[in-house]
Amino acid sequence: MLRFVVRRLLQLVPTLLGLSVLLFLWVHALPGGPEYSLLGEDATTEQREQLRQSLGLNDPIWIQYGRFMGKLLQLDFGTSLATGQPVMTEFLNRFPATAELAVTAMLIATVVGIPLGYFAARYRGRLIDTSAVAGSLIGICIPVFFLGFIFKVVFAQHLGILPSAFRQTAGLDATHPTGFFVLDGLLTGEFDAAWDAFLHLVLPGLTLASIPLAIITRMTRASVLEVLGEDYVRTAESKGLQQRVVRGRHILRNAMLPVVTAMGLLTGSLFAGAVLTESVFAFQGMGSFVYQATQTRDYPVLMGFIMLIAVIYVLVNLLVDISYSLFDPRVRVR
Amino acid sequence: MRTKRSHAMRGLAVLAAAGVLATACASERDSSSGEELNETKPFVFAAPGDARSLDPFYATDGETFRVTRQIYNTLLKHESGGSEIVGDLASSWEQNDEGTVWTFDLEQDVTFHDGEKFNAEAVCANYDHWFNLKGDFQDSNVSYYWQKIFGGFAENENDDLPPANYKSCTAEEEFKAVIEVDKYSANLPGGFSMAAFGIMSPKVLAAQADSEVTGEPGAFEFPAYSQDPAAVAGTGPYRAVGWDKASQEIKLERFDEFWGEAAGIKTIIIKTISDENARKQALEAGDIHGYDLVAPADVAPLQEAGFQVPERGVFNVLYLAYQQEGNEALEDLAVRQALSHAVDRQRIVDTILPEGSEVATQFMPDTLTGWSPDVTEYEYDPEKAKDMLADAGVADLEIDFCYPTEVTRPYMPAPRDIFDIIKADLEAAGVTINEEALPWGDYIPKTDSGGCSLYLLGWTGDFNEAYNFLGTWFGHYDSGWGFRNDDIFDGLDAVANEPDPAKRETMYQELNVEIMDFLPGLPISHSPPSIAFSADVNPPTVSPLTQEDFSEATWK
Amino acid sequence: MSTKTDKIDRLAELTAKRGGRDGHGASLWREAFGRLRRSPMAMAGTVIVGAFVIIAIIGPWIAPYDPTAQAWGNEVFPNRNMFVGPRGENWFGLDHLGRDQFSRMVIGARQSLLVGVVATLLGFAAGAILGGIAGAAAGLGKSWGRRIDTILMRFTDMMLAIPALLLAVSVAALMGQSLATVMIAVGVAQVPIFARLLRGSMLAQAHSDYVLAAKATGIKRKRIVLAHILPNSVGPVLVQATLTLATAIIEAAALSYLGLGSPDQSIPEWGTMLADAQRFLSGAPQLAIYPAIAIIITALGFTLLGEAMRESLDPKLRK
Repeated sequence: MLRFVVRRLLQLVPTLLGLSVLLFLWVHALPGGPEYSLLGEDATTEQREQLRQSLGLNDPIWIQYGRFMGKLLQLDFGTSLATGQPVMTEFLNRFPATAELAVTAMLIATVVGIPLGYFAARYRGRLIDTSAVAGSLIGICIPVFFLGFIFKVVFAQHLGILPSAFRQTAGLDATHPTGFFVLDGLLTGEFDAAWDAFLHLVLPGLTLASIPLAIITRMTRASVLEVLGEDYVRTAESKGLQQRVVRGRHILRNAMLPVVTAMGLLTGSLFAGAVLTESVFAFQGMGSFVYQATQTRDYPVLMGFIMLIAVIYVLVNLLVDISYSLFDPRVRVR
Repeated sequence: MRTKRSHAMRGLAVLAAAGVLATACASERDSSSGEELNETKPFVFAAPGDARSLDPFYATDGETFRVTRQIYNTLLKHESGGSEIVGDLASSWEQNDEGTVWTFDLEQDVTFHDGEKFNAEAVCANYDHWFNLKGDFQDSNVSYYWQKIFGGFAENENDDLPPANYKSCTAEEEFKAVIEVDKYSANLPGGFSMAAFGIMSPKVLAAQADSEVTGEPGAFEFPAYSQDPAAVAGTGPYRAVGWDKASQEIKLERFDEFWGEAAGIKTIIIKTISDENARKQALEAGDIHGYDLVAPADVAPLQEAGFQVPERGVFNVLYLAYQQEGNEALEDLAVRQALSHAVDRQRIVDTILPEGSEVATQFMPDTLTGWSPDVTEYEYDPEKAKDMLADAGVADLEIDFCYPTEVTRPYMPAPRDIFDIIKADLEAAGVTINEEALPWGDYIPKTDSGGCSLYLLGWTGDFNEAYNFLGTWFGHYDSGWGFRNDDIFDGLDAVANEPDPAKRETMYQELNVEIMDFLPGLPISHSPPSIAFSADVNPPTVSPLTQEDFSEATWK
Repeated sequence: MSTKTDKIDRLAELTAKRGGRDGHGASLWREAFGRLRRSPMAMAGTVIVGAFVIIAIIGPWIAPYDPTAQAWGNEVFPNRNMFVGPRGENWFGLDHLGRDQFSRMVIGARQSLLVGVVATLLGFAAGAILGGIAGAAAGLGKSWGRRIDTILMRFTDMMLAIPALLLAVSVAALMGQSLATVMIAVGVAQVPIFARLLRGSMLAQAHSDYVLAAKATGIKRKRIVLAHILPNSVGPVLVQATLTLATAIIEAAALSYLGLGSPDQSIPEWGTMLADAQRFLSGAPQLAIYPAIAIIITALGFTLLGEAMRESLDPKLRK
C-alpha cells in the first residue's frame, strides 16, 4: 500500500515540474516580456530597463528558470498588481470561500445525483429515466453564468427569498476564525451568522452544481446499469435477499467506485465554474479574483493561481486514486 | 436500520426549523424607528472598485476619495450638492490682489480622531510635509495632485518635475494659517478643496515620517500605514475602523467628537462590487442600500420599483479625441471638421445617455463660468462629411479607434454602445475603422502616450474653475493630443495667472471659441451620472462633482 | 486523472475491434450505423445539428438585413429601457443599437460554427501530432520510444490538470481580445484529449490481431497504417470531435462573458450577444434569451449526436 502511494507521488513530480516550466515560458511569452508581469503596463522604458537589471532578466534563461523555481518552492508567486498583496496571501484569503462553495456544490450534486442516477437505472426506460438523462444532458449545455443570472432574477429579485450576492450580509458582525463562514458560525456559537452564510451559499451552490450534478447522475446511472447486468447481482437476488440489502451491499458499493473517481476529476471543472459563478454572485472567492485578474491583466495572480489550482487538482485526484485503491485492490497492481 | 438518507433528512429538517426561527427573530428588529436604526443598522454602499489608500494624498481615483472624504476634512470644500467653494476647516479665507498669499481663519474646536488638537500648526505640518517629500514620493504616480496644483517640491530630484509654486505655510496665530505661493494659479482656491489634501493628524505625520514607498517604479505600493485604519487619523465625521481586503469591505464608524454636525448613521460599510449588473441586483435584493454609477437603462425601472435615484447636476464632459501625431490625416483641420460632422451626437444623447444629458458644444459644461455661446457648431451631416473627406483627398481614410472595456465612467456610462454608434457613423461616411478595445488599466497609459488616433475619454471637474477642464488638456503640449498650438498654450497660461475672476471669464470664453475652431477633438456630451439608494434611507445630498457626504444620511 | 483518460482510452481501443459476432464478417461501421439509425437520441441530435449547419451555411442568403447595420438606431432607447420587440419588419425585433435581431442570430450561427469547427480542428491537429508521435514512438518499442511516449503523455496530463477555462484564459492573456484568441484558446484545451485518443488508438491497433496478421503476411507498414489503422481511428475521433464541438460553443460563450472574446460587436456571435444582453434582461429579455436558447440547443444537439455515436460504436459504453 505504501509503495503504491509513494509511486503515485513520484509520478506527480514530473507533472508538476512540467507545469512550472510551462508557466515560466508563459510569463516570458506575455506581450511586453516578464517585466509586464511585475510592473503592469504603466512603466516607462527606463523603469523597465531598471527592473530588467535588478531582477537579472538579462541573465541566461536557465538561470532565470532556476530562480523562478526557487521562488515557487518557497511559495513566492510575486505580488498582485491590483492589490499590492503577495499572491500567496490573496490565495489563502480566498481559498476558504471557494472551498466552501465547491463543497456545497458537490454535496448537492451527490445527494441529488446519486439517488437520481440509481433510480434512473433501476427503472430503466420509464419516465424518471428519460427525464434524468434529458435533464443531465441539458445541464451540461446551459452556460453557467446564464443559469446563475436566471437564479438571481427569480429567487433573489422576484421572490426575494434568497440573497443575491456576497458570502454574508454586509455589516453582520461575525468572527471568522477559519475563513469557512458556516463552520465559523457553528464553532463560535453565532448561529445566525452560520445560517446567514448558509443562505448565501444556496444560489451559487445550485448554479455551480449544475454540471457536476448532470455528470454524476449519468455516471451513476451508467455504472449501476453495468453492475445490474453482472452475475453477482443475479446471484444475490436469486438467493432471495431483500431488495434493500442487494441494493446497498452489492449494487451501490460496486457502482460507486467509478463515481468516486469522477468526483475527483470534477474538481477541475468546479474551479472553472467557480470563476463564472463567483463573479455573477459577487462571491469573494478565488474564482471572482481570477476574473478580476483577467480584467486588470494581473499576471502574477493569474500565474500563481493557475499553478496552485493545478497542484490542488493533481493532489485531489491522487487522494481519490488512493481511496479507490482501498476499495479495489486490482488498481494497485496497474 | 435507519439508512443514512433518512438521518440526513432529519438533520436537514432541524436545520431548516432553526433557520426559520433565526430569520423570524431577525425580521422583528427591522420595525424599529429611524433613530434606533441609525445606531444599529449599518448603511451599505457598493462601490465599483476598491479604494487604494486611507491616506488620500497618494491617490488619484474616485473610489479612494469616496472613502477618505468621510474621514478627512480639507481647508475648503464645495457646498453640499453644488459647486460653490465654501469653507471647511477654514471658516473664512481671503487672498491678496496678486493671488499669492492665501490667509485662512480656521475652525477652533476641532479634534483629530486620535485626540490631537487641530490648529494652524497642524495645517502647516501637512503642507510642509508634502512640500518636503523626497525620493520615490516625488514620482507622479504617488503625488499626482500635489504636482498638478502646487508644482514641484522643496528639492526636485528629477528634471522632469515642474518648478515648485508652493513657497511656505505660516501659523500666524493659533487659528490663522497663511499659505504663500510664487505665482497666482487658476488652480486656486479650488485646489485647497481637493480630497488629496485632506488634513492628517500631525501625530500620524510624525509617526510615519520614515515611511517609505515600496515596490518598483511604475508599480509602487503606498506605505504600509496607508492600508491600516488604526494608523491614520483625520478630522472628519467618520473614522475608519476596519478594512477587510479579502471581502473588499471598508467599515466606517461615527466619530463622536466631530466638530460639525454629527453623522446620522453610526456605521457605514463601503463594499466593492465590480460588476454593474451585480450592483443593481444587490440593491434590488436588499443586500446593499446604495450604489454609484447606475446604468441609464436601470434608472426608470429602479424608480418604478420604489428606489430613489436622485439626479445629480452636470459637471463633466465626454469627448472624442483626435490625436494628431499618430495619423497624418488628422493634422488637416478639414479632416477633423469632416469627422465631426459625421457623428450623430444627438442620437447618443437621446438613446444611450441618462435623462438630463445634452450635446456638448465645447470642452466644458455650461455650469462653469467661461462657457461661451458663440463657439462654432458642427451639426450632424453625413453627406457633408463624406464630401469634405473627399475634398481633403482622404475619401478612403483608415484610422484606429480605441475604447475602454469593463468600466463605467460618470461621463460615459456605456463605452461600447457609444463606441459602436460612433463607429457606425464614421463608417457611413466612408471611413474604415480599426477598432481596439483595452481594459481601463491599459487604456489610460496608451491614450496618454498617443498610442491611439481616435479615442473616447472625458473628465469630471474637481472644482468650479474652467482651468480645471481646459488647462488639464490644452495648457501645454500633451502626448495624448499630439499638437502644438502656441496661441492656445499662451492663452491658457495667461488665464492661469490672471487673478481677476471677471477678466478670466472673458478670457475663457475667447479660449473656448479658439479651441472649438482648432478642433483638437469633438466634445460629445455632458451627462448626469446616477446614484441609487434604497427606499428606507434619507440619502445624502447628491453632488455634481460626485462628492457625496455620507454623514448627511439617516434611516427613515 | 485516471478515469478521464480511461474513458478516452476505451474509446481508442474500439479502433482495434472488428464487428460481427465472431470478430470477422461485417465491419464495425455498418453495425454501428445500423444501431445509430434506430436510436432516438441520434435522430434528435442529427436534426438539430443538421438544422444548425444548414442555417450557418445559407445564413447570408436568408438573413433579410445586414446584421451590422444600425438601421433603426433612432427607434431603440436603451437608456429608457424602451426596446422594439418582434414585428412585421423584424421577426425577432431589434437589438439595443437598432440592428435586426433575426439577421444577427442567423449570421451568429455562422460565427459559432466557425469558432467551434476551427477550435476543434486546431485541437485535433495539434493533438494528432502529439498523440501520433507518442503512439508511434511507443509502438516502435525500445526504451527510448517508450520514454518519448511517457514524456508526451505527462505533458498532456499536465494540460489536463489545468481546468479548461483557466487554460483558455491564460491563452487569451497572451493574445489579447479577438475571435482568433477564442478559437485558439478553446482549441488548446482540447489538445490533450485528442492526443490521448490518437495515441491510445495507435497503441491498441498495433497489438490487434488483424494488424499482426497483416504484418505477418508481409504487407508494408505504410499500407497498414493508411489502409487499416487510420480508417479505424475515424470513428472515435468523430465521436470526440462532435462532443468537443458542443464544449467549444459553450466555452466560447463563457470566454465572451469574461470579456475575452472578440470585442468587435458588430459581427454577431451568440456568446458575445448573450454576455452583452444580460444587462437588458428586465427591459428586453428576448435579447438574451434568443442566443441563450440557441447555444443550449446547438450544444445539446452535438452532445446527443456524439453520445449516440459513441453508444452505437459499442453498446457496452452506453452512458
